[in-house]
Amino acid sequence: MDSRLGKTWLIAGYVFLYVPILTLIIFSFNASKMVTLWGGFSFKWYGVIAHDSEVVNGFFLSMKIALMTATASVVLGTLAAFAMVRYKSFFGRTVFFSHINAPLVVPEVITGLSLLLFFVMCERLFGMPERGMFTIWAGHTSFGLSYAAVIIQSRLLELDKSLEEAAMDLGCRPFQVFYLVTLPMIAQSLMAAWLLTFTISLDDVVTTAFLSGPGSSTLPLVILSRARLGLDPTVNAIATITVAVVAVGVVAGSLWMSRQERRRAAEQSAAYREGMQAMGA
Amino acid sequence: MADSVANSTGRGDSSQFLKIDRLSKHFDEVAAVDNVSLDIKKGEIFALLGSSGCGKSTLLRMLAGFEMPSSGNMYLDGEDIAKMPPYERPINMMFQSYALFPHLTVWENVAFGLKRDRMPKDQIAERVEAMLGIVKLKPFAKRKPHQLSGGQQQRVALARCLAKRPKLLLLDEPLGALDRKLREETQFELVNIIKSVGVTCAMVTHDQEEAMIMADRIAVMQEGRFLQVGHPREIYETPSCLFVAGFIGDVNLFNGTVEVDEPDHVIIGSPECRHFVNHGITGTIDMQVNIALRPEKICLQEIEPTIEQRESAAEHGYNSARGTIDGIAYFGKFTQFHVRLESGKIIKASRENTARHEETQLERGQQIYAWWDGSDVVVLTN
Repeated sequence: MDSRLGKTWLIAGYVFLYVPILTLIIFSFNASKMVTLWGGFSFKWYGVIAHDSEVVNGFFLSMKIALMTATASVVLGTLAAFAMVRYKSFFGRTVFFSHINAPLVVPEVITGLSLLLFFVMCERLFGMPERGMFTIWAGHTSFGLSYAAVIIQSRLLELDKSLEEAAMDLGCRPFQVFYLVTLPMIAQSLMAAWLLTFTISLDDVVTTAFLSGPGSSTLPLVILSRARLGLDPTVNAIATITVAVVAVGVVAGSLWMSRQERRRAAEQSAAYREGMQAMGA
Repeated sequence: MADSVANSTGRGDSSQFLKIDRLSKHFDEVAAVDNVSLDIKKGEIFALLGSSGCGKSTLLRMLAGFEMPSSGNMYLDGEDIAKMPPYERPINMMFQSYALFPHLTVWENVAFGLKRDRMPKDQIAERVEAMLGIVKLKPFAKRKPHQLSGGQQQRVALARCLAKRPKLLLLDEPLGALDRKLREETQFELVNIIKSVGVTCAMVTHDQEEAMIMADRIAVMQEGRFLQVGHPREIYETPSCLFVAGFIGDVNLFNGTVEVDEPDHVIIGSPECRHFVNHGITGTIDMQVNIALRPEKICLQEIEPTIEQRESAAEHGYNSARGTIDGIAYFGKFTQFHVRLESGKIIKASRENTARHEETQLERGQQIYAWWDGSDVVVLTN
């Protein structure tokens, strides 16, 4: 009885989550211009977006910014995480700590607005930077590094400290310890942080809206402005492509991860069995 | 003072290969290691033994260079190492968790330290092969650590430490991560390897059996100080204080008062019985002392012990007490009896099970005599 109730809830949950996305995908193949009325099957909206320079430019700008943001966030985030985990007391640690975490809790509107004011002031004083790709990148990185730092920090905390001590014991200078032992050990979390900040940057609207200048509209901004003017199936088509890319990425990633995990577990138990046999012999 | 330090730390003095001189480490006013001095001979296996928090690990970590001493000096082979960073010390440490690099193969793990020394490639290969040979892991060279059993991982860790041919090998709870059966086998193997390589070794352990089996000498530590330093037998048979007696092995303790104090024997009275000790002690009449007696030194029998049975106890009536058997614990190789003496005190006595079937089976509730030899009594004066 209980299990049936549970199943019902589960299905209701899935419906709530996925039906809107399914509708969106289905209507991207709609021959009619109406977003809610089915007018036959067609690929025409996909052809339209391929020739829509605003969409194409927005897409490439978004990708560029996301790539740069993810990379910068991971580098800065690693440094920040390292400082917080390894140096238990330095001047201004508490302030540093809260500054690293602040962007996670401060409303994005405020982050965006304050960055805008800051860049406007800079522009007035120094004549630069002009609002555009650079300012968006800087804005995204300012909170991307917080996410990266949190992820990397948790990995660093669980890292067996004796690994680094062993490296030092065997003759590594502090910097060698970092890139020969620490870095390979936290590589997976760096990857995770990179992917997360990449996606955060890719679909960010609020900060981007504040920091973009003329001619620097990212894809989310393009979609948003289109939606404001009245929905049109090109938006559905863009969304469908995005969903497809993400789905393939996620499924491939998790398949690979679970295979790695299984292989590791199998190797471990094999080693254990061997050990037991050796003891018996 | 400066003179004596300079003299005693000259190279070639193998009895002071490692010299620790008045070493202390304070963590926020708390002394983890408190003014400790120690000499370790070349080629010796030395164990620091104590319960957790006694400072043994801090001392080991200072030797490795992971903790800076608050005061004091350390000399290895005449060289002052106290201010040397860990990567320059000719010392290698085997960690309790082994700390094998999970992203490197067995071969790469062993070669890791050699590569840092910029040793030529062919020499590295040669040395790694030799090390893997010593620990019998040649067929596993290409495996990653997680593909090895616990015992194999421990051997990789050992090979990695020995590969750099350190002057001093540090072992942090070397067998702590292994299960019991494997531990017993490994103890001897580990000692054999260390002895065959000839490296001087300092180890830390909380397991008194492990320390006794492996070490040439043991230092029992408590609250950052050495309570007793000596050979395992010395520490077991002549503990210097109550803590050491109780920490190393099982012990029965009696409170007593010195009644007769002669140069060649002492008689101590306690509520349970009068103890005849066949050697002199540094004490005076009426001094309160503790008496320690190991369970295996106590004999149990149904009839009163005869004079012939205990010649050295000399006079009748000493070193024996009547009691009832309160509990029997069978351990296989020996059986431990809990005996309630007439005074109400419960003592432990153990008997080795040399024969498969004993003729005289002692039973619970049985009345027996417990007696021991005057030379087995340890008098602790403090």
